[in-house]
Amino acid sequence: MISIKDIEKMKINEIKNKYPFSISFFQNNNLHLEGYEEITFEQYFNHFTEEEIEEWAIDVEKLKADFIVYINEMLEFLGISEDDNIDSLTIVAGKNKNGEKENFEKLTIHKSEIVSIVGPTGSGKSRLLADIEWAANKDTPTERIILINGKIPDKKWRFSSSNKLVAQLSQNMNFVMDLTVREFIELHAKSRMVEDEQEIIKRIIDAANHLAGEQFDLDTPITSLSGGQSRALMIADTAILSRSPIVLIDEIENAGIDRKKALKLLVNEEKIVLMATHDPILALMADKRIVIKNGGIDKVIETNSEEKEMLIELEKMDAVISKLRANLRKGEILKK
Amino acid sequence: MNLITISGPPSSGKTSVILKTIAALHQRGLTVGVVKFDCLYTDDDVLYKKAGIPVKKGLSGSLCPDHYFVSNIEEVVQWGRKQELDVLITESAGLCNRCSPYIKDIKSVCVIDNLSGINTPKKIGPMLKSADIVVITKGDIVSQAEREVFASKVHSVNPKAIIMHINGLTGQGAFELSTLLYDEKEDVETVKGKELRFSMPSALCSYCLGERRIGEDYQMGNVRKMKLGEEDD
Repeated sequence: MISIKDIEKMKINEIKNKYPFSISFFQNNNLHLEGYEEITFEQYFNHFTEEEIEEWAIDVEKLKADFIVYINEMLEFLGISEDDNIDSLTIVAGKNKNGEKENFEKLTIHKSEIVSIVGPTGSGKSRLLADIEWAANKDTPTERIILINGKIPDKKWRFSSSNKLVAQLSQNMNFVMDLTVREFIELHAKSRMVEDEQEIIKRIIDAANHLAGEQFDLDTPITSLSGGQSRALMIADTAILSRSPIVLIDEIENAGIDRKKALKLLVNEEKIVLMATHDPILALMADKRIVIKNGGIDKVIETNSEEKEMLIELEKMDAVISKLRANLRKGEILKK
Repeated sequence: MNLITISGPPSSGKTSVILKTIAALHQRGLTVGVVKFDCLYTDDDVLYKKAGIPVKKGLSGSLCPDHYFVSNIEEVVQWGRKQELDVLITESAGLCNRCSPYIKDIKSVCVIDNLSGINTPKKIGPMLKSADIVVITKGDIVSQAEREVFASKVHSVNPKAIIMHINGLTGQGAFELSTLLYDEKEDVETVKGKELRFSMPSALCSYCLGERRIGEDYQMGNVRKMKLGEEDD
Protein backbone atom coordinates (compact mmCIF):
# COMPACT_ATOMS: atom_id res chain seq x y z
CA MET A 1 0.00 0.00 0.00
CA ILE A 2 1.25 3.39 -0.98
CA SER A 3 0.60 6.24 1.41
CA ILE A 4 0.74 9.97 0.94
CA LYS A 5 4.13 9.95 2.71
CA ASP A 6 5.58 7.82 -0.07
CA ILE A 7 4.79 10.25 -2.82
CA GLU A 8 4.45 13.75 -1.45
CA LYS A 9 8.18 14.35 -1.85
CA MET A 10 8.34 12.73 -5.29
CA LYS A 11 8.55 14.96 -8.34
CA ILE A 12 5.61 14.91 -10.74
CA ASN A 13 7.92 13.45 -13.39
CA GLU A 14 9.00 10.65 -11.10
CA ILE A 15 5.38 9.84 -10.34
CA LYS A 16 4.55 9.80 -14.05
CA ASN A 17 7.43 7.43 -14.74
CA LYS A 18 6.79 5.14 -11.84
CA TYR A 19 3.01 4.99 -12.26
CA PRO A 20 2.30 5.69 -15.96
CA PHE A 21 -1.43 5.07 -15.45
CA SER A 22 -1.57 8.05 -13.06
CA ILE A 23 -1.56 10.33 -16.13
CA SER A 24 -5.19 9.53 -16.76
CA PHE A 25 -6.04 10.60 -13.22
CA PHE A 26 -4.54 14.02 -13.86
CA GLN A 27 -6.11 14.28 -17.30
CA ASN A 28 -9.60 13.30 -16.23
CA ASN A 29 -9.48 15.73 -13.35
CA ASN A 30 -8.36 18.55 -15.64
CA LEU A 31 -5.08 18.90 -13.81
CA HIS A 32 -2.46 20.21 -16.20
CA LEU A 33 1.08 19.06 -15.60
CA GLU A 34 2.98 20.94 -18.30
CA GLY A 35 5.69 23.02 -16.73
CA TYR A 36 5.26 21.39 -13.32
CA GLU A 37 7.26 18.23 -14.04
CA GLU A 38 10.12 19.17 -11.77
CA ILE A 39 8.19 20.11 -8.65
CA THR A 40 7.04 17.68 -6.01
CA PHE A 41 3.58 16.21 -5.61
CA GLU A 42 3.07 18.31 -2.50
CA GLN A 43 4.24 21.49 -4.18
CA TYR A 44 2.01 20.78 -7.16
CA PHE A 45 -1.13 20.60 -5.07
CA ASN A 46 -0.10 23.65 -3.08
CA HIS A 47 0.48 25.80 -6.15
CA PHE A 48 -3.19 26.51 -6.87
CA THR A 49 -4.30 30.00 -5.94
CA GLU A 50 -7.48 30.65 -3.96
CA GLU A 51 -9.00 31.97 -7.14
CA GLU A 52 -8.15 28.88 -9.17
CA ILE A 53 -9.52 26.63 -6.46
CA GLU A 54 -12.84 28.41 -6.54
CA GLU A 55 -12.88 28.89 -10.28
CA TRP A 56 -12.25 25.26 -11.20
CA ALA A 57 -14.04 23.71 -8.23
CA ILE A 58 -10.83 22.08 -7.03
CA ASP A 59 -10.84 20.29 -3.70
CA VAL A 60 -7.15 19.82 -2.97
CA GLU A 61 -7.51 17.56 0.05
CA LYS A 62 -9.99 15.32 -1.73
CA LEU A 63 -7.84 15.16 -4.87
CA LYS A 64 -4.80 14.13 -2.86
CA ALA A 65 -6.76 11.47 -1.00
CA ASP A 66 -8.39 10.26 -4.23
CA PHE A 67 -5.03 10.02 -5.94
CA ILE A 68 -3.71 7.67 -3.27
CA VAL A 69 -6.82 5.49 -3.51
CA TYR A 70 -6.53 5.49 -7.30
CA ILE A 71 -2.87 4.49 -7.34
CA ASN A 72 -3.44 1.69 -4.84
CA GLU A 73 -6.45 0.31 -6.67
CA MET A 74 -4.67 0.38 -10.00
CA LEU A 75 -1.63 -1.36 -8.54
CA GLU A 76 -3.90 -3.99 -7.08
CA PHE A 77 -5.69 -4.33 -10.41
CA LEU A 78 -2.40 -4.80 -12.24
CA GLY A 79 -1.31 -7.38 -9.71
CA ILE A 80 -4.43 -9.46 -10.12
CA SER A 81 -3.78 -12.23 -12.54
CA GLU A 82 -2.96 -15.87 -12.06
CA ASP A 83 -3.82 -16.14 -8.39
CA ASP A 84 -7.27 -14.78 -9.10
CA ASN A 85 -8.24 -17.32 -11.71
CA ILE A 86 -11.86 -18.26 -11.80
CA ASP A 87 -12.55 -21.86 -12.66
CA SER A 88 -16.14 -22.29 -11.64
CA LEU A 89 -19.36 -20.52 -10.78
CA THR A 90 -21.89 -22.21 -8.51
CA ILE A 91 -25.49 -21.19 -8.03
CA VAL A 92 -26.96 -22.46 -4.77
CA ALA A 93 -30.76 -22.71 -4.77
CA GLY A 94 -32.84 -19.97 -3.22
CA LYS A 95 -36.57 -19.50 -3.61
CA ASN A 96 -39.02 -18.40 -6.30
CA LYS A 97 -41.57 -15.57 -6.20
CA ASN A 98 -43.98 -17.69 -4.14
CA GLY A 99 -41.33 -18.34 -1.55
CA GLU A 100 -40.97 -21.99 -2.54
CA LYS A 101 -37.51 -23.53 -2.71
CA GLU A 102 -36.09 -23.77 -6.21
CA ASN A 103 -36.18 -27.16 -7.94
CA PHE A 104 -32.46 -27.91 -7.73
CA GLU A 105 -29.79 -28.01 -5.10
CA LYS A 106 -26.84 -26.40 -6.73
CA LEU A 107 -25.48 -25.91 -10.20
CA THR A 108 -21.80 -25.58 -10.96
CA ILE A 109 -20.63 -24.16 -14.27
CA HIS A 110 -16.98 -24.50 -15.25
CA LYS A 111 -14.69 -22.40 -17.35
CA SER A 112 -15.28 -22.89 -21.09
CA GLU A 113 -18.75 -24.28 -20.43
CA ILE A 114 -21.92 -22.83 -21.95
CA VAL A 115 -25.24 -22.80 -20.14
CA SER A 116 -28.39 -21.42 -21.71
CA ILE A 117 -31.27 -19.83 -19.85
CA VAL A 118 -34.85 -20.22 -21.06
CA GLY A 119 -38.15 -18.96 -19.72
CA PRO A 120 -40.84 -16.43 -20.61
CA THR A 121 -40.24 -12.69 -20.33
CA GLY A 122 -40.65 -11.56 -16.75
CA SER A 123 -39.96 -15.04 -15.41
CA GLY A 124 -36.89 -13.96 -13.50
CA LYS A 125 -33.97 -14.12 -15.92
CA SER A 126 -32.83 -10.61 -15.09
CA ARG A 127 -32.94 -11.44 -11.40
CA LEU A 128 -30.74 -14.49 -11.94
CA LEU A 129 -28.26 -12.45 -13.94
CA ALA A 130 -28.31 -9.71 -11.30
CA ASP A 131 -27.72 -12.29 -8.56
CA ILE A 132 -24.62 -13.50 -10.38
CA GLU A 133 -23.36 -9.99 -11.05
CA TRP A 134 -23.80 -9.02 -7.40
CA ALA A 135 -22.31 -12.29 -6.17
CA ALA A 136 -25.46 -12.72 -4.09
CA ASN A 137 -25.06 -14.19 -0.65
CA LYS A 138 -28.62 -14.74 0.58
CA ASP A 139 -29.01 -10.98 0.46
CA THR A 140 -31.19 -10.60 -2.64
CA PRO A 141 -34.93 -11.33 -2.97
CA THR A 142 -34.25 -14.87 -4.24
CA GLU A 143 -31.89 -15.65 -1.35
CA ARG A 144 -29.59 -17.46 -3.75
CA ILE A 145 -25.92 -17.91 -3.00
CA ILE A 146 -23.28 -17.49 -5.66
CA LEU A 147 -19.99 -19.28 -5.13
CA ILE A 148 -16.79 -18.71 -7.07
CA ASN A 149 -14.38 -21.64 -7.14
CA GLY A 150 -16.68 -23.23 -4.57
CA LYS A 151 -16.25 -20.43 -2.07
CA ILE A 152 -18.11 -17.27 -1.06
CA PRO A 153 -16.38 -14.66 -3.23
CA ASP A 154 -14.58 -11.59 -2.05
CA LYS A 155 -16.82 -8.51 -1.84
CA LYS A 156 -14.44 -6.67 -4.20
CA TRP A 157 -16.36 -8.17 -7.13
CA ARG A 158 -19.37 -6.11 -6.15
CA PHE A 159 -17.85 -2.69 -6.03
CA SER A 160 -14.69 -2.57 -8.07
CA SER A 161 -15.29 -0.78 -11.35
CA SER A 162 -12.27 -2.25 -13.06
CA ASN A 163 -12.80 -5.75 -11.82
CA LYS A 164 -16.30 -6.92 -12.58
CA LEU A 165 -17.34 -10.53 -12.32
CA VAL A 166 -19.64 -10.28 -15.29
CA ALA A 167 -19.47 -8.79 -18.78
CA GLN A 168 -22.80 -8.41 -20.48
CA LEU A 169 -23.42 -8.65 -24.20
CA SER A 170 -26.83 -7.14 -24.55
CA GLN A 171 -29.30 -7.35 -27.38
CA ASN A 172 -28.94 -3.73 -28.35
CA MET A 173 -25.42 -3.35 -29.51
CA ASN A 174 -25.00 0.21 -30.64
CA PHE A 175 -21.92 2.31 -30.48
CA VAL A 176 -22.35 5.88 -29.34
CA MET A 177 -18.74 6.99 -29.68
CA ASP A 178 -17.50 8.66 -32.81
CA LEU A 179 -14.29 6.69 -33.35
CA THR A 180 -12.64 4.34 -35.78
CA VAL A 181 -12.40 0.66 -34.93
CA ARG A 182 -8.72 1.12 -34.07
CA GLU A 183 -9.34 4.12 -31.79
CA PHE A 184 -12.19 2.28 -30.13
CA ILE A 185 -10.14 -0.79 -29.29
CA GLU A 186 -7.21 1.39 -28.23
CA LEU A 187 -9.41 3.31 -25.81
CA HIS A 188 -10.72 0.10 -24.32
CA ALA A 189 -7.22 -1.40 -24.12
CA LYS A 190 -5.98 1.72 -22.29
CA SER A 191 -8.74 1.47 -19.72
CA ARG A 192 -7.70 -2.16 -19.15
CA MET A 193 -4.05 -1.10 -19.03
CA VAL A 194 -2.83 -3.81 -21.39
CA GLU A 195 0.80 -3.60 -22.42
CA ASP A 196 0.85 -5.05 -25.91
CA GLU A 197 -1.86 -2.79 -27.34
CA GLN A 198 -0.98 -3.33 -31.01
CA GLU A 199 -1.05 -7.07 -30.74
CA ILE A 200 -4.39 -7.03 -28.91
CA ILE A 201 -5.86 -4.74 -31.58
CA LYS A 202 -4.78 -7.17 -34.28
CA ARG A 203 -6.19 -10.17 -32.43
CA ILE A 204 -9.53 -8.46 -31.94
CA ILE A 205 -9.96 -7.31 -35.54
CA ASP A 206 -8.96 -10.75 -36.82
CA ALA A 207 -11.40 -12.48 -34.49
CA ALA A 208 -14.17 -10.03 -35.36
CA ASN A 209 -13.68 -10.53 -39.10
CA HIS A 210 -13.71 -14.26 -38.54
CA LEU A 211 -17.23 -13.89 -37.08
CA ALA A 212 -18.64 -11.24 -39.38
CA GLY A 213 -20.15 -11.97 -42.76
CA GLU A 214 -18.66 -8.88 -44.37
CA GLN A 215 -15.11 -7.82 -43.67
CA PHE A 216 -14.12 -4.47 -42.21
CA ASP A 217 -10.84 -2.83 -41.27
CA LEU A 218 -9.32 -0.78 -38.49
CA ASP A 219 -10.00 2.56 -40.15
CA THR A 220 -13.75 1.99 -40.42
CA PRO A 221 -15.72 4.33 -38.14
CA ILE A 222 -17.56 2.16 -35.60
CA THR A 223 -20.81 4.00 -36.24
CA SER A 224 -20.80 2.86 -39.88
CA LEU A 225 -20.43 -0.83 -39.06
CA SER A 226 -23.41 -2.99 -39.97
CA GLY A 227 -25.41 -4.76 -37.27
CA GLY A 228 -23.52 -8.00 -37.81
CA GLN A 229 -20.13 -6.29 -37.86
CA SER A 230 -20.90 -4.40 -34.64
CA ARG A 231 -21.90 -7.60 -32.92
CA ALA A 232 -18.82 -9.36 -34.18
CA LEU A 233 -16.56 -6.57 -32.95
CA MET A 234 -18.23 -6.46 -29.58
CA ILE A 235 -18.06 -10.18 -29.03
CA ALA A 236 -14.40 -10.29 -30.07
CA ASP A 237 -13.61 -7.30 -27.86
CA THR A 238 -15.40 -8.79 -24.86
CA ALA A 239 -13.79 -12.20 -25.35
CA ILE A 240 -10.27 -10.86 -25.66
CA LEU A 241 -10.13 -7.60 -23.75
CA SER A 242 -12.66 -7.84 -20.97
CA ARG A 243 -11.28 -9.01 -17.65
CA SER A 244 -14.62 -10.36 -16.52
CA PRO A 245 -14.54 -14.15 -16.28
CA ILE A 246 -18.27 -14.60 -16.81
CA VAL A 247 -20.04 -13.47 -19.96
CA LEU A 248 -23.80 -13.06 -20.05
CA ILE A 249 -25.33 -13.04 -23.50
CA ASP A 250 -28.80 -11.76 -24.09
CA GLU A 251 -30.19 -13.23 -27.33
CA ILE A 252 -27.63 -12.92 -30.09
CA GLU A 253 -29.94 -13.39 -33.03
CA ASN A 254 -28.80 -14.35 -36.47
CA ALA A 255 -27.77 -10.93 -37.74
CA GLY A 256 -24.86 -11.66 -39.97
CA ILE A 257 -22.53 -13.37 -37.55
CA ASP A 258 -21.51 -16.94 -37.14
CA ARG A 259 -22.98 -17.72 -33.74
CA LYS A 260 -21.23 -21.02 -33.39
CA LYS A 261 -17.86 -19.38 -33.95
CA ALA A 262 -18.82 -16.58 -31.56
CA LEU A 263 -19.50 -19.01 -28.75
CA LYS A 264 -16.34 -20.91 -29.58
CA LEU A 265 -14.30 -17.73 -29.34
CA LEU A 266 -15.67 -16.95 -25.87
CA VAL A 267 -15.11 -20.50 -24.73
CA ASN A 268 -11.56 -20.51 -26.11
CA GLU A 269 -10.82 -17.41 -24.08
CA GLU A 270 -11.80 -19.46 -21.03
CA LYS A 271 -14.97 -17.61 -20.21
CA ILE A 272 -17.95 -19.02 -18.40
CA VAL A 273 -20.80 -18.36 -20.81
CA LEU A 274 -24.42 -17.88 -19.77
CA MET A 275 -26.82 -17.21 -22.60
CA ALA A 276 -30.46 -16.23 -22.48
CA THR A 277 -32.05 -17.51 -25.66
CA HIS A 278 -35.10 -19.13 -27.18
CA ASP A 279 -33.34 -20.05 -30.38
CA PRO A 280 -33.24 -23.87 -30.48
CA ILE A 281 -29.82 -23.94 -32.15
CA LEU A 282 -28.19 -21.78 -29.49
CA ALA A 283 -30.04 -23.45 -26.64
CA LEU A 284 -28.91 -26.90 -27.77
CA MET A 285 -25.33 -25.76 -28.33
CA ALA A 286 -25.14 -25.32 -24.58
CA ASP A 287 -24.22 -28.25 -22.37
CA LYS A 288 -27.06 -27.52 -19.99
CA ARG A 289 -30.02 -25.24 -19.83
CA ILE A 290 -31.69 -23.54 -16.94
CA VAL A 291 -35.48 -23.30 -17.09
CA ILE A 292 -36.85 -20.33 -15.19
CA LYS A 293 -40.41 -20.13 -14.00
CA ASN A 294 -42.09 -17.80 -11.56
CA GLY A 295 -38.88 -16.13 -10.47
CA GLY A 296 -37.07 -19.36 -9.67
CA ILE A 297 -35.02 -22.05 -11.37
CA ASP A 298 -37.55 -24.75 -12.16
CA LYS A 299 -35.32 -27.26 -13.90
CA VAL A 300 -31.76 -27.80 -15.02
CA ILE A 301 -31.78 -29.90 -18.18
CA GLU A 302 -28.71 -31.56 -19.58
CA THR A 303 -28.64 -31.54 -23.38
CA ASN A 304 -29.12 -35.25 -24.20
CA SER A 305 -27.95 -37.25 -27.19
CA GLU A 306 -31.29 -37.00 -28.99
CA GLU A 307 -31.16 -33.23 -28.68
CA LYS A 308 -27.56 -33.20 -29.91
CA GLU A 309 -28.71 -35.17 -32.97
CA MET A 310 -31.48 -32.64 -33.50
CA LEU A 311 -28.91 -29.91 -33.32
CA ILE A 312 -27.16 -31.40 -36.35
CA GLU A 313 -30.45 -31.35 -38.28
CA LEU A 314 -31.20 -27.82 -37.17
CA GLU A 315 -27.79 -26.65 -38.25
CA LYS A 316 -28.35 -28.13 -41.70
CA MET A 317 -31.66 -26.25 -41.95
CA ASP A 318 -29.95 -23.13 -40.74
CA ALA A 319 -27.22 -23.50 -43.36
CA VAL A 320 -29.90 -23.75 -46.08
CA ILE A 321 -31.58 -20.59 -44.87
CA SER A 322 -28.27 -18.75 -44.55
CA LYS A 323 -27.36 -19.68 -48.09
CA LEU A 324 -30.72 -18.46 -49.42
CA ARG A 325 -30.22 -15.26 -47.51
CA ALA A 326 -26.77 -14.76 -49.02
CA ASN A 327 -28.17 -15.39 -52.49
CA LEU A 328 -30.96 -12.90 -51.95
CA ARG A 329 -28.38 -10.35 -50.94
CA LYS A 330 -26.47 -10.94 -54.15
CA GLY A 331 -29.67 -10.38 -56.16
CA GLU A 332 -30.03 -13.95 -57.38
CA ILE A 333 -33.24 -15.82 -58.21
CA LEU A 334 -33.85 -18.51 -55.57
CA LYS A 335 -34.13 -22.11 -56.81
CA LYS A 336 -35.59 -25.18 -55.11
CA MET B 1 -35.04 8.78 9.31
CA ASN B 2 -32.40 8.19 6.65
CA LEU B 3 -31.72 11.09 4.31
CA ILE B 4 -30.34 10.50 0.82
CA THR B 5 -29.47 13.14 -1.76
CA ILE B 6 -29.59 12.04 -5.37
CA SER B 7 -28.51 14.27 -8.21
CA GLY B 8 -27.46 14.01 -11.80
CA PRO B 9 -27.81 15.79 -15.12
CA PRO B 10 -31.30 16.11 -16.62
CA SER B 11 -32.59 12.95 -18.33
CA SER B 12 -29.89 10.73 -16.85
CA GLY B 13 -32.55 8.44 -15.42
CA LYS B 14 -32.69 9.59 -11.78
CA THR B 15 -36.42 9.15 -11.41
CA SER B 16 -36.45 5.66 -12.92
CA VAL B 17 -33.61 4.58 -10.69
CA ILE B 18 -35.31 6.04 -7.62
CA LEU B 19 -38.68 4.43 -8.42
CA LYS B 20 -37.10 1.00 -8.90
CA THR B 21 -34.99 1.40 -5.77
CA ILE B 22 -37.99 2.45 -3.68
CA ALA B 23 -39.85 -0.65 -4.88
CA ALA B 24 -37.02 -2.70 -3.36
CA LEU B 25 -37.17 -0.67 -0.11
CA HIS B 26 -40.94 -1.16 0.03
CA GLN B 27 -40.44 -4.92 -0.13
CA ARG B 28 -38.56 -4.62 3.12
CA GLY B 29 -41.50 -2.76 4.65
CA LEU B 30 -39.82 0.65 4.74
CA THR B 31 -41.70 3.88 4.11
CA VAL B 32 -40.01 6.18 1.65
CA GLY B 33 -40.80 9.75 0.60
CA VAL B 34 -39.34 11.90 -2.14
CA VAL B 35 -38.81 15.63 -2.52
CA LYS B 36 -38.14 16.60 -6.10
CA PHE B 37 -36.20 19.78 -6.84
CA ASP B 38 -36.27 21.23 -10.30
CA CYS B 39 -35.93 24.54 -12.06
CA LEU B 40 -38.87 25.37 -14.32
CA TYR B 41 -40.92 22.25 -14.69
CA THR B 42 -41.31 18.69 -13.52
CA ASP B 43 -44.12 16.18 -13.59
CA ASP B 44 -42.12 13.48 -11.86
CA ASP B 45 -44.26 14.04 -8.79
CA VAL B 46 -47.15 12.42 -10.68
CA LEU B 47 -45.03 9.31 -11.23
CA TYR B 48 -44.19 9.12 -7.53
CA LYS B 49 -47.80 9.64 -6.50
CA LYS B 50 -48.88 6.90 -8.88
CA ALA B 51 -46.48 4.57 -7.12
CA GLY B 52 -48.02 5.52 -3.78
CA ILE B 53 -44.98 7.46 -2.62
CA PRO B 54 -45.45 10.64 -0.55
CA VAL B 55 -43.90 13.42 -2.60
CA LYS B 56 -43.34 17.18 -2.57
CA LYS B 57 -41.87 19.24 -5.35
CA GLY B 58 -40.04 22.54 -5.39
CA LEU B 59 -39.38 24.67 -8.43
CA SER B 60 -36.58 27.18 -8.07
CA GLY B 61 -37.78 29.39 -10.94
CA SER B 62 -35.49 32.36 -11.30
CA LEU B 63 -33.15 31.24 -8.51
CA CYS B 64 -30.11 28.99 -8.77
CA PRO B 65 -31.58 25.52 -8.14
CA ASP B 66 -28.85 24.53 -5.73
CA HIS B 67 -29.12 27.73 -3.67
CA TYR B 68 -32.82 27.00 -3.55
CA PHE B 69 -32.11 23.47 -2.34
CA VAL B 70 -29.89 24.56 0.53
CA SER B 71 -32.34 27.23 1.62
CA ASN B 72 -35.09 24.63 1.90
CA ILE B 73 -33.45 21.39 2.96
CA GLU B 74 -34.03 21.78 6.71
CA GLU B 75 -37.78 22.30 6.22
CA VAL B 76 -37.81 19.34 3.84
CA VAL B 77 -36.20 17.16 6.49
CA GLN B 78 -38.84 18.26 9.02
CA TRP B 79 -41.58 17.40 6.50
CA GLY B 80 -40.12 13.91 6.13
CA ARG B 81 -39.99 13.43 9.88
CA LYS B 82 -43.60 14.52 10.21
CA GLN B 83 -44.56 11.94 7.60
CA GLU B 84 -42.71 9.40 9.77
CA LEU B 85 -40.63 8.22 6.84
CA ASP B 86 -37.88 5.65 7.21
CA VAL B 87 -36.12 7.08 4.17
CA LEU B 88 -36.35 10.53 2.62
CA ILE B 89 -34.86 10.92 -0.84
CA THR B 90 -34.21 14.32 -2.37
CA GLU B 91 -33.79 14.43 -6.11
CA SER B 92 -32.22 17.33 -7.97
CA ALA B 93 -30.78 18.02 -11.40
CA GLY B 94 -27.28 19.48 -11.45
CA LEU B 95 -28.19 22.02 -14.04
CA CYS B 96 -24.86 23.73 -14.51
CA ASN B 97 -22.90 20.48 -14.02
CA ARG B 98 -20.85 22.02 -11.26
CA CYS B 99 -22.66 21.86 -7.97
CA SER B 100 -24.58 19.37 -6.13
CA PRO B 101 -25.99 20.13 -2.78
CA TYR B 102 -24.38 17.16 -1.09
CA ILE B 103 -24.12 17.47 2.66
CA LYS B 104 -21.31 16.11 4.79
CA ASP B 105 -22.34 12.83 6.50
CA ILE B 106 -25.50 12.53 4.37
CA LYS B 107 -25.44 9.74 1.80
CA SER B 108 -25.10 11.11 -1.71
CA VAL B 109 -25.71 9.46 -5.05
CA CYS B 110 -24.89 10.81 -8.52
CA VAL B 111 -26.70 9.33 -11.52
CA ILE B 112 -25.12 9.68 -14.96
CA ASP B 113 -25.74 7.81 -18.17
CA ASN B 114 -23.56 6.02 -20.68
CA LEU B 115 -25.02 8.00 -23.55
CA SER B 116 -23.77 11.31 -22.25
CA GLY B 117 -20.38 10.91 -23.88
CA ILE B 118 -16.99 9.69 -22.86
CA ASN B 119 -15.72 13.04 -21.63
CA THR B 120 -18.70 13.74 -19.42
CA PRO B 121 -17.02 12.53 -16.22
CA LYS B 122 -14.37 15.17 -16.87
CA LYS B 123 -16.94 17.91 -17.34
CA ILE B 124 -18.94 17.32 -14.19
CA GLY B 125 -17.63 18.89 -11.02
CA PRO B 126 -18.27 18.10 -7.36
CA MET B 127 -21.67 16.61 -8.23
CA LEU B 128 -19.81 13.58 -9.57
CA LYS B 129 -16.49 13.89 -7.79
CA SER B 130 -17.81 14.08 -4.26
CA ALA B 131 -20.66 11.54 -4.47
CA ASP B 132 -20.51 8.43 -2.28
CA ILE B 133 -22.18 6.27 -4.90
CA VAL B 134 -22.17 6.78 -8.66
CA VAL B 135 -24.95 5.05 -10.57
CA ILE B 136 -24.41 4.60 -14.31
CA THR B 137 -27.53 4.05 -16.39
CA LYS B 138 -28.48 3.15 -19.96
CA GLY B 139 -25.82 0.45 -20.11
CA ASP B 140 -28.10 -1.79 -22.14
CA ILE B 141 -27.87 0.58 -25.08
CA VAL B 142 -24.10 0.67 -25.42
CA SER B 143 -21.46 -1.97 -25.85
CA GLN B 144 -19.66 -3.78 -23.05
CA ALA B 145 -16.45 -2.00 -24.05
CA GLU B 146 -18.05 1.43 -23.80
CA ARG B 147 -19.49 0.55 -20.40
CA GLU B 148 -16.04 -0.44 -19.20
CA VAL B 149 -14.36 2.67 -20.58
CA PHE B 150 -17.02 4.97 -19.15
CA ALA B 151 -16.82 3.34 -15.71
CA SER B 152 -13.04 3.64 -15.72
CA LYS B 153 -13.31 7.38 -16.48
CA VAL B 154 -15.73 7.81 -13.60
CA HIS B 155 -13.39 5.83 -11.40
CA SER B 156 -10.47 8.11 -12.18
CA VAL B 157 -12.34 11.24 -11.10
CA ASN B 158 -13.90 9.65 -8.04
CA PRO B 159 -11.87 6.61 -6.98
CA LYS B 160 -13.55 6.36 -3.59
CA ALA B 161 -17.11 6.08 -4.85
CA ILE B 162 -18.97 2.83 -5.24
CA ILE B 163 -19.77 2.61 -8.95
CA MET B 164 -22.87 0.66 -9.92
CA HIS B 165 -24.71 -0.04 -13.15
CA ILE B 166 -28.48 0.12 -13.03
CA ASN B 167 -30.98 -0.52 -15.78
CA GLY B 168 -33.80 1.94 -15.17
CA LEU B 169 -36.22 -0.06 -17.33
CA THR B 170 -35.80 -3.55 -15.93
CA GLY B 171 -34.56 -2.42 -12.54
CA GLN B 172 -31.51 -4.68 -12.73
CA GLY B 173 -29.17 -3.37 -10.05
CA ALA B 174 -31.78 -1.32 -8.16
CA PHE B 175 -32.24 -3.91 -5.44
CA GLU B 176 -28.49 -3.89 -4.90
CA LEU B 177 -28.48 -0.10 -4.60
CA SER B 178 -31.31 -0.24 -2.07
CA THR B 179 -29.17 -2.35 0.25
CA LEU B 180 -26.58 0.43 0.33
CA LEU B 181 -29.03 3.22 1.04
CA TYR B 182 -30.79 2.25 4.23
CA ASP B 183 -29.02 2.00 7.53
CA GLU B 184 -31.14 1.05 10.53
CA LYS B 185 -28.85 2.84 12.94
CA GLU B 186 -28.96 6.13 11.15
CA ASP B 187 -31.45 8.77 12.26
CA VAL B 188 -31.27 12.27 10.85
CA GLU B 189 -33.25 14.62 13.08
CA THR B 190 -32.04 17.82 11.54
CA VAL B 191 -29.46 19.10 9.08
CA LYS B 192 -29.19 22.44 10.85
CA GLY B 193 -25.52 23.25 11.38
CA LYS B 194 -24.33 20.59 8.94
CA GLU B 195 -22.06 21.65 6.11
CA LEU B 196 -22.16 21.34 2.35
CA ARG B 197 -19.43 19.20 0.84
CA PHE B 198 -18.51 21.94 -1.58
CA SER B 199 -19.16 25.66 -1.91
CA MET B 200 -21.57 27.01 -4.52
CA PRO B 201 -20.32 29.38 -7.23
CA SER B 202 -19.92 33.01 -6.34
CA ALA B 203 -22.43 35.28 -8.00
CA LEU B 204 -23.98 38.69 -7.71
CA CYS B 205 -23.39 40.78 -10.77
CA SER B 206 -25.96 43.23 -12.11
CA TYR B 207 -27.55 40.47 -14.20
CA CYS B 208 -28.32 38.45 -11.07
CA LEU B 209 -30.41 41.41 -10.01
CA GLY B 210 -32.46 41.53 -13.17
CA GLU B 211 -30.44 43.79 -15.46
CA ARG B 212 -31.16 43.00 -19.13
CA ARG B 213 -29.25 45.67 -21.02
CA ILE B 214 -25.88 44.74 -22.53
CA GLY B 215 -22.66 46.74 -22.30
CA GLU B 216 -20.07 47.82 -19.76
CA ASP B 217 -22.17 50.69 -18.49
CA TYR B 218 -24.67 48.27 -17.09
CA GLN B 219 -22.26 45.74 -15.61
CA MET B 220 -21.63 46.01 -11.90
CA GLY B 221 -20.42 43.76 -9.13
CA ASN B 222 -18.70 40.49 -9.85
CA VAL B 223 -17.80 40.82 -13.52
CA ARG B 224 -15.02 39.00 -15.29
CA LYS B 225 -13.87 39.49 -18.91
CA MET B 226 -12.67 36.86 -21.38
CA LYS B 227 -9.18 37.20 -22.78
CA LEU B 228 -9.63 37.86 -26.47
CA GLY B 229 -6.14 38.97 -27.50
CA GLU B 230 -4.81 39.19 -31.05
CA GLU B 231 -2.69 36.08 -30.66
CA ASP B 232 -4.23 32.74 -29.86
CA ASP B 233 -3.46 32.20 -26.22
